[in-house]
Amino acid sequence: MENPYLPYPVCIDNIVTETDDRSLKTFRLVFINPEDRDNFVYAPGQFAELSVPGKGEIPIGIASSPTEEGFVSFTVNRVGLVSTFLHNMKEGDIIGIRGPLGNSYPWDRMEGKNVVIIGGGFAFTTLRSSIVFMIDPKNRSRFNNIRVVYGARNPGMLLYRDELMAWEKRDDIEMHITVDGTDDPDWKYNVGFVPSVTEEKITSADNAIAIVCGPPIMIKFTQPVLEKLGFSPENIILSLEMRMKCGIGMCGRCNIGDKYVCKDGPVFSQAEMKRLPPEY
Amino acid sequence: MGDKIFTKQGWVESLRGLAGDYMVFVPVKEGDMYAFRHLDNDTKVAFDDYHNTRMSPKSIVYPQSERMFEYSLDKQDPDCNILKEVPKTFAPQAIVGIRPCDAHAFQISKRNFDTPEYRDPWWVQRYEATTLIGLGCNSPRSTCFCTAMGGGPFDEEGLDVLMFDMGETYLVRALTDKGEAFLGKLNGGRSADKTDREAALRLSDHVRDGMPDVVPVDPIRNKEIKDIFDASFWDDVAFACLNCGTCTFLCPACWCFDVQDEVYGREGDRIRNWDSCMFPLFTLHGSGHNPRAKKFQRVRQRFMHKFKYYVDKFDDGFQCTGCGRCVQFCPVNIDIRDVLRLMSDEPPVRLSA
Ligand SMILES: Cc1cc2nc3c(=O)[nH]c(=O)nc-3n(C[C@H](O)[C@H](O)[C@H](O)COP(=O)(O)OP(=O)(O)OC[C@H]3O[C@@H](n4cnc5c(N)ncnc54)[C@H](O)[C@@H]3O)c2cc1C
Ligand code: SF4
Ligand code: SF4
Ligand code: FES
Repeated sequence: MENPYLPYPVCIDNIVTETDDRSLKTFRLVFINPEDRDNFVYAPGQFAELSVPGKGEIPIGIASSPTEEGFVSFTVNRVGLVSTFLHNMKEGDIIGIRGPLGNSYPWDRMEGKNVVIIGGGFAFTTLRSSIVFMIDPKNRSRFNNIRVVYGARNPGMLLYRDELMAWEKRDDIEMHITVDGTDDPDWKYNVGFVPSVTEEKITSADNAIAIVCGPPIMIKFTQPVLEKLGFSPENIILSLEMRMKCGIGMCGRCNIGDKYVCKDGPVFSQAEMKRLPPEY
Repeated sequence: MGDKIFTKQGWVESLRGLAGDYMVFVPVKEGDMYAFRHLDNDTKVAFDDYHNTRMSPKSIVYPQSERMFEYSLDKQDPDCNILKEVPKTFAPQAIVGIRPCDAHAFQISKRNFDTPEYRDPWWVQRYEATTLIGLGCNSPRSTCFCTAMGGGPFDEEGLDVLMFDMGETYLVRALTDKGEAFLGKLNGGRSADKTDREAALRLSDHVRDGMPDVVPVDPIRNKEIKDIFDASFWDDVAFACLNCGTCTFLCPACWCFDVQDEVYGREGDRIRNWDSCMFPLFTLHGSGHNPRAKKFQRVRQRFMHKFKYYVDKFDDGFQCTGCGRCVQFCPVNIDIRDVLRLMSDEPPVRLSA
């Protein structure tokens, strides 16, 4: 019988330290068995359980895009048992991954729409996946304009800095990078919190869907801004986080009301969240 | 196969004869309590005197602790860090004397473990290898409210065989193919006749009449989640609770689990263990944030899950069988029937006797 708890073995192919404080690293993973790689078919917004033998499993959003073939990547914040151990692993080490898990951003609904991406802190991972996916030459024509607001505490805490700079130069994506504050006199981008930068730069909700990912406080203050701009609750898309174990709706811990964030989510619209208790 | 009649002694002897075909579990007395134990030659079977076991029989299908995977952490080993399934056999087993409420609980848990998208391999395979031989309840306790939860003291749902305690004998009825196969392997007994069957029916009707009415699901289903969630009674409900987890631990219909890695030298296991929504660690994020940090939130979760979220998710009854264990063993006398009444605005559920 197929075992949904059994991870695929993968090899750590490459590790990049993303932030100046070294608390975030991106792990590029390569499947050991080609058939596992072929089975791992995902859409941006989904996550996987990274399995570190001897320590445990952690749910992490998939940071690579399905358009990037031959590997999957994850950006991991160092917080507790598993993530700290993973940070000390080396290229060539073997771990496991289980997935893809959960739903994804609503790609069918986003087709033909203007897409607004709003991210804060290290929750930018699946948004990176989404941007890379949308600006891929095979996909770009499926979406209208793409606007991105991405903020971090300071320039040293921004993820994927080389890519951000490359996207800044493109004319088929509108970037609004911001930091809470900086002492860098040459900082060319915005200074200010994500909600206020959103209010200033995203001037229209016309035919648009917004995807919002970030710390709870950012989400809380961004929602009224989006509503004021005219986004309906159906068109505000959130990705949520709860403590997880199984990732497949069985262990019972990640529920918000009658929804399991691991299986029914992690992506929910603001409209869906309105009927659920605010217990997250 | 028609109903059969066994003398009580003959029945136990026949069960012993199944040793080669099934691992048979029966209720036995241990101290003041009862437990399901493996039947062997000198087991004293407690069919006659037991109401129910303290621990539910869920562990026979879903062990409290289960080794899922094993692995080597030895860098010299070519399979270092690669998880392997722990080899297991799922030999036929039978729980004889299980109460109808506890069989009902397997039907409830099956919705969680056997889904269209994923199947839990250990739960499903052990469940499929298990035959459930129920013993109807001639004298329900004051804490029993199975009928309120859509079951009953002689309810057949989820059972493969139902036994009626007729005093000197058992009338034994196969309900499924699995049940037929089980009875087919038993020696002894005689065919039941019309008088036997009528007596069994009279018995079950009589017991059923003394039990509470079914609690309608609709009043709860028709409410918004938030209306019940935000109700003012939760602080009072939770006031005395110790968050000890006894209720969830004993509950046949509670299924939540944790997964942990354990390391011994250069080898490790991934293990899953029963867990409880009563414990703060259940939902604690690595960041320190905890969506159910307060006691009343965890108490509310238990009842909301059983009587609202489960109802909304599966639209097929409650996640409670009315076995009464949590009522009987809660150290501070929290009675789930009172909470159900608060949630549903229905009159309290009590034995009318
Ligand atoms: C859908 C989803 C996507 C996520 N994506 C990312 C990401 O891209 N990058 C990132 O750095 N983090 C992400 N997280 C958070 C990440 O899962 C936790 O930081 C991580 O589990 C902490 O594990 P630990 O062992 O280091 O911490 P400990 O505190 O030691 O946690 C012990 C165990 O509890 C569970 N757990 C603890 N905190 C969380 C949590 N917040 N969410 C889920 N399970 C938890 C895990 O099983 C963990 O192994 C995501 C969480 C979810 C639910
Ligand atoms: S058994 Fe009683 S005291 Fe213990 S957690 Fe359950 S409700 Fe609370
Ligand atoms: S909630 Fe209580 S009465 Fe209901 S099945 Fe569980 S232990 Fe039995
Ligand atoms: S993580 Fe187990 S139910 Fe969601």
